[in-house]
Amino acid sequence: MAQPLVKKDDDRDDEADYSPFLGIEKGAVLQEARVFNDPQLDPRRCSQVITKLLYLLNQGETFTKVEATEVFFAVTKLFQSRDIGLRRMVYVMIKELSPSADEVIIVTSSLMKDMTSKTDMYRANAIRVLCRITDGTLLTQIERYLKQAIVDKNPVVASAALVSGIHLLQTNPEIVKRWSNEVQEAVQSRAALVQFHALALLHQIRQNDRLAVNKLVSSLTRGSVRSPLAQCLLIRYTSQVIRESANNTQTGDRPFYDFLEGCLRHKAEMVIFEAARAITELNGVTSRELTPAITVLQLFLSSSKPVLRFAAVRTLNKVAMTHPMAVTNCNIDMESLISDQNRSIATLAITTLLKTGNESSVDRLMKQITNFMSDIADEFKIVVVEAIRSLCLKFPLKHRSLMNFLSNILREEGGFEYKKAIVDSIVILIRDIPEAKDSGLLHLCEFIEDCEFTYLSTQILHFLGIEGPKTSDPSKYIRYIYNRVHLENATVRAGAVSTLAKFGAMVDALKPRIFVLLRRCLFDNDDEVRDRATLYLNTLGGNGAVVETGEDVKEFLFGSLDIPLVNLENSLKNYEPSEESFDINSVPKEVKTQPLAEKKAPGKKPTGLGGPPTGPPSTVDTYEKLLSSIPEFANFGKLFKSSAPVELTEAETEYAVNVVKHIFDGHVVFQYNCTNTIPEQLLENVTVIVDASEAEEFAEVASKPLRSLPYDSPGQTFVAFEKPEGVPAVGKFSNMLRFIVKEVDPSTGEAEDDGVEDEYQLEELEVVAADYMLKVGVSNFRNAWESMGADFERVDEYGLGPRDNLAEAVNAVINLLGMQPCEGTEVVPNSSRSHTCLLSGVYIGNVMVLVRLQFGIDGPKDVAMKLAVRSEDEAVSDAIHEIVASG
Amino acid sequence: MELCPSIKNVLLLDSEGKRIAVRYYSDDWPTNSAKESFEKAVYTKTQKTNARTEAEITMFENYIVVYKFVQDLHFFVTGGENENEIILATVLQGFFDAVGLLLRGTVDKKEALENLDFILLCLDEIVDGGVILETDANVIAGKVASHSMDSGAPLSEQTITQALATAREHLTRSLLK
Repeated sequence: MAQPLVKKDDDRDDEADYSPFLGIEKGAVLQEARVFNDPQLDPRRCSQVITKLLYLLNQGETFTKVEATEVFFAVTKLFQSRDIGLRRMVYVMIKELSPSADEVIIVTSSLMKDMTSKTDMYRANAIRVLCRITDGTLLTQIERYLKQAIVDKNPVVASAALVSGIHLLQTNPEIVKRWSNEVQEAVQSRAALVQFHALALLHQIRQNDRLAVNKLVSSLTRGSVRSPLAQCLLIRYTSQVIRESANNTQTGDRPFYDFLEGCLRHKAEMVIFEAARAITELNGVTSRELTPAITVLQLFLSSSKPVLRFAAVRTLNKVAMTHPMAVTNCNIDMESLISDQNRSIATLAITTLLKTGNESSVDRLMKQITNFMSDIADEFKIVVVEAIRSLCLKFPLKHRSLMNFLSNILREEGGFEYKKAIVDSIVILIRDIPEAKDSGLLHLCEFIEDCEFTYLSTQILHFLGIEGPKTSDPSKYIRYIYNRVHLENATVRAGAVSTLAKFGAMVDALKPRIFVLLRRCLFDNDDEVRDRATLYLNTLGGNGAVVETGEDVKEFLFGSLDIPLVNLENSLKNYEPSEESFDINSVPKEVKTQPLAEKKAPGKKPTGLGGPPTGPPSTVDTYEKLLSSIPEFANFGKLFKSSAPVELTEAETEYAVNVVKHIFDGHVVFQYNCTNTIPEQLLENVTVIVDASEAEEFAEVASKPLRSLPYDSPGQTFVAFEKPEGVPAVGKFSNMLRFIVKEVDPSTGEAEDDGVEDEYQLEELEVVAADYMLKVGVSNFRNAWESMGADFERVDEYGLGPRDNLAEAVNAVINLLGMQPCEGTEVVPNSSRSHTCLLSGVYIGNVMVLVRLQFGIDGPKDVAMKLAVRSEDEAVSDAIHEIVASG
Repeated sequence: MELCPSIKNVLLLDSEGKRIAVRYYSDDWPTNSAKESFEKAVYTKTQKTNARTEAEITMFENYIVVYKFVQDLHFFVTGGENENEIILATVLQGFFDAVGLLLRGTVDKKEALENLDFILLCLDEIVDGGVILETDANVIAGKVASHSMDSGAPLSEQTITQALATAREHLTRSLLK
């Protein structure tokens, strides 16, 4: 059966390197392709030539347009041959060439003939090829055959038509949607794969019709779907339905949960796993719902197949983030996976264990990990380091052993990314855990003694300069820093000089010693190092008597550069040396907004209409820039908080609008992000008419309309309100979108001159107390709580009424207050009867607020809560109670 | 949201990471060099592992890759990071076993290259534009082999339907003469 395509070379002595394609060359093969034109076709030889052509394409060789078209025409001649094998290769070849060759449409008639052939193989393949090269008009011609093919007795033919339908739905949805009846019939097919393909297509046809999807799911979950792949699809659709209906069925049993649970007993592993995964991803999944899923995943953990172990441990890893307690049952299996041959599995097991572990198991785990670390690749080590960092933040008391671990691995071999991850972790721990500062800084000092990465050395030196002087004994770091001046390259030396200067500026007692060291640097052989030393000696007054360090010097040393480096670079490039010295104030401070993450849908840009598209800015910084650029809002002062966008329209409506609430001290600005989803319309003069009759304390002061809103390019309109200064006023606002609509000719993109005024009702919007609270975490809640003192503490008790479980009550209160949960206390262990949750935040007026919530279940599902608030202001403590009392 | 399981690529490489036959179904790798560097990365990452008895799995650059080796052939199937791993493994197994059947047990690089047409047809029968077409190795091999003109000796794996199809084809041909 071997078909040597190139004549065997007799002298060839290297048997292992033999390839039938040895020395193959495009030009020669294209020559060979002439055999396709022979009047007397040799199917076997033609097949071989096609294989060679495919081999070339597969190796990344490209054909020019002319070459591709030539070969394509030649290949079409082969339809004359009745040889099945050759025909099969012809189909593959046409598919391969169709994107690059011109006039592929020429084969249509041959393919249509094959499509009506009696041979199933011809029909199936002709359908697949035709659908690949077809356009709208051709499709209407062959639609009749495709509909027949969908319900063809032969599963291969039916599948070919269905899969082609899935692809065509992207380009010609209106035609494929007409096949729904046939597709529905195919869902009942006895052939497994046909059922799978039919279900996939049917769902895609109906995916925007929520009711129809709902019906589809409820009828199929009752029936019997034979194919495991189709069953997996059904599970995905079911969890989508559950997700979308979750809002209105908070209580009682979840619909379709029984179906998912039943699938855990399916005989195919892929179905079992799909169902288990779906259950773990349910919104607000309860421990009762989780248990059966965790049980099957636990069985997978000890499977002999790596794929199963990986799938299970990866899913459990995700579960551990939200429900660490649910996974603890698997800890023993997980620990044995630490030594798994597959290092991906071992790493996932380790990080899961780190998440589920409690304070007492940390030490034991660290011991196991230490052995494990030596034989895994850097990328896995980074994952472990990150897991240890979050573990340390969760259990600050364990910082000693975890910090030791980090410093140990820092000393071992490793690449840059890995070392950087460790250094970053140590830096974060130093920032967040005050007790860890001294030992952490010393570990870093030791590391730079022997660090091969210039970048890391300079970063650490910079960090030392900021944190070192604030420690109890800053002098002990000087030696490490000065050593760098002796032993390192110029970049690190310059960094060390700057760090020394910072110590000098902050610690007056050290100044004389620093001056001595800096003066020695004046003889360095690198000019940057010398320049810095001179500069610092002058600014710190090292040439005369020891003086107090001035504020502007500190600002110079510690302040950050408020100009984007790119702008500075451009300005310096444009600066021409002249009498006038370079003025740093002339550098524009504006950040050039790069096109934000709006690039997801290329090709859907507006058609030369309207103004430049401005994507909705997402971060606070960009919001601040945006707002301060609008003159009407410029005098509102500093932006306190911007909320996450709130949708004011349902999905899939004509106009999509969401709102961002910007809170200022005495004002509130609503930013309406609008998107026009109708290609035939251009909206102009878009405003939102806000009725604030249910928000007594607010008065509208300004409104900024959007001049034009073309199709699919989001724009913003703003409405500003005045409110009593510093007061957390709340209220309800109803919104009406008003605009002038103009018809657009989709073919030319031209808008008509005349427009009609129209309105569109939006949903209501509320300003709530949580809008006045910034989520700001504190690293060590106990310290913060103690140092805040009990002066303005307010304590009271509340009954929260019947709740499903504690977690729900805890979440409700967190959302009501809009505060940052600390130390992972937002996670409520399953089935616990009481829970303490710690929150921190900054209230309007920049008042730090700390909250300690103690929950308990009182009687049958009645939740009671004790709320203790500490803040810097009595009125604020009261206000927090007010929020809870009225919520 | 894409709910249908989808395959990003199927690769058959040799023991040095060179291409035997590859098929990409996703725009994630628009150029040949992007494809080649992905193949190189996959190859280097998996090369030291032992994927000869059971299919192995790894995750990188937000893709899941399942793979299996035999002799000097390395089989890979790639999916997105949220894909069901077991579905990917099923596709891999289908490909792997079908090639085994088509090469009649002698599965190595030399045989694979000499029967490259089979391998290409095999890939064509497994996935169409990212959608899984068939995962049963016997069916895949059957579809590929029944079209071969060389199949003087019918394959043992040939199913009744295929045998019938071939017979019918012979019949129509003789009628047309």
